[in-house]
Amino acid sequence: MIREFGFPELLFVLEGARWTILLSALAFVCGGALGLAVALARTARSRELRWGATVYIQIFQGTPLLIQLFFVFFGLPLLGLQLNVWLAVTIGLALHASGYLGEIWRGGIQAVPAGQVEAARALGLGYRSVMIDVVLPQALRISLPATVGFLVNLVKGTALAALLGLTEATRAGQLMSNITFEPLRVYSAVGLVYFAICLPLTLWSARLERRLLRRG
Amino acid sequence: MSYQFDFSPLLTYWPELAAGIVQTLRISCIAMVAGLVLGIALTALRMSPSRPLRWLAVSYIELVRNTPFLVQIFFIFFGLPALGLRFDATQAAVLAMSLNCSAYAAEIVRGGVQAVPKGQVEAGRALGLGTADIYRFIVFRPAIRAIYPSLCSQFVLLMLNSSLVAAISAEELTYAAQMIDNRTFRSFEIFAVVGLLYLALSQCLSLVLAAIGRAYFSYPSK
Repeated sequence: MIREFGFPELLFVLEGARWTILLSALAFVCGGALGLAVALARTARSRELRWGATVYIQIFQGTPLLIQLFFVFFGLPLLGLQLNVWLAVTIGLALHASGYLGEIWRGGIQAVPAGQVEAARALGLGYRSVMIDVVLPQALRISLPATVGFLVNLVKGTALAALLGLTEATRAGQLMSNITFEPLRVYSAVGLVYFAICLPLTLWSARLERRLLRRG
Repeated sequence: MSYQFDFSPLLTYWPELAAGIVQTLRISCIAMVAGLVLGIALTALRMSPSRPLRWLAVSYIELVRNTPFLVQIFFIFFGLPALGLRFDATQAAVLAMSLNCSAYAAEIVRGGVQAVPKGQVEAGRALGLGTADIYRFIVFRPAIRAIYPSLCSQFVLLMLNSSLVAAISAEELTYAAQMIDNRTFRSFEIFAVVGLLYLALSQCLSLVLAAIGRAYFSYPSK
C-alpha cells in the first residue's frame, strides 16, 4: 500500500528533527570544549603546541565532513573501538566542530588588544586568570557572531548522519519518501524543517554582528 | 590491538582513485564558475529597484543557506523528476553544487559591492561611462578583488562538499572510496588515505586560486 504524505508522515519527520537538534547540541558542547583547547593551544607560547593545533585545524578544515564521519564510523571499529552510530556521529561532528570553533576563537583571542594581557600580567595575574578573567570573556564577545554562524553549519552538517543510518530529520525524510513516493513534497518539508531551525540562528548571528560593528 | 594495516588495496585501485580525483575537480570547477556567475546575477537582482525581484533573490539566498546541502541534492535528484525535470546523477550533482554555491557567492559578492564607495560610481558617471561599464570597471572588478579571499575559501568548501554527491551515486572521489571499501573492507586505510587526498586537493586548490588572484588583481590599488 502506498501512503500519502500527510500529517502522520510529517510528524515522523518532525520527530527526526528532535534528534537533529539533540545531535547538534551534543556536537556543539563536546566540540566547543575541545575547540577551546585547540584555540588555547593555537595561541599558546609553546611553538610545538601552536604547530600541533595548526595541523589539527588544517586536517578538519581541509577534509570533507563526510570522510571524517566515515573514518570514525567505518574505520575506527577495525582498530577494536566498537562505536554505535550515535557515538560515532557525535564524535565525528564534535571533532569537526572543534577544528572550526578552535579557529574562530583563535581569531577572537588574538583580537583582544595585547595591552589587556600585558596589563593583567603586570597586575600579577597568572595564565589561568589572564585567560578566564580578562581575555576569554572579551574574545567570546568578539567571536560570538561567527560562533552562531558556525552553529548553523553544524545543524546542516548533522544531515550527513542520515548517510550512516541515524534517523534524524533527513533520514526520516528518506524513509517517508520511500513509502509515499512523493519525494518532492517530502524533501520540501524536510528543507523547511531545517530552514525553521537555521533561519533564527542566521538572523541572530547577523544581529550580533551588526551590534558588534556599531560598538566598534 | 591485532589489526594488521594493509594499504595494498589502494595501490590496486589507484586508477579508480585517480579518476575520482579528476571527476571531483571537474564538477567542482564547473560549479565554481556557474555558481559565481549565478551569484553575481543574484546580487544584481538583489539590488534591483523592483521590490518583488529583491524579495525573490533574498528568499532564494536564505533558503539555500539555511538548508543542508544533502537535502538540496535529494530534492533535485529525487524530487524534481516529479515536475518533469529529470537529471542523471552527475548532472544533478553539478546543478545542486552550482545552485548551492550561487547563494553563498551572492552573499559574498554583495559585501564587496557595498564596499565600493558611492562617490566612485558618481565619478564614473560624471566621466560619461555607461551603466555596464560602471559595473564592469568600477563596481565588479574592485569588488571581486576585495572579496577574492572569501570567494576562494568558499570554493574550497564547495570542493569538500562535493563529497556529498556520492550519496546519489555521482562518480567522484568519495564514491570511488566507498566502492573500494565495499570490495576490500579496508575502511580505516581507505578513508585515511582519501582524507589525505582531499587535504592535498584543498591545499592545491587554495594555492592555485591564490596564484590566479595575484595574476588578475595585482593592478595598483592606490
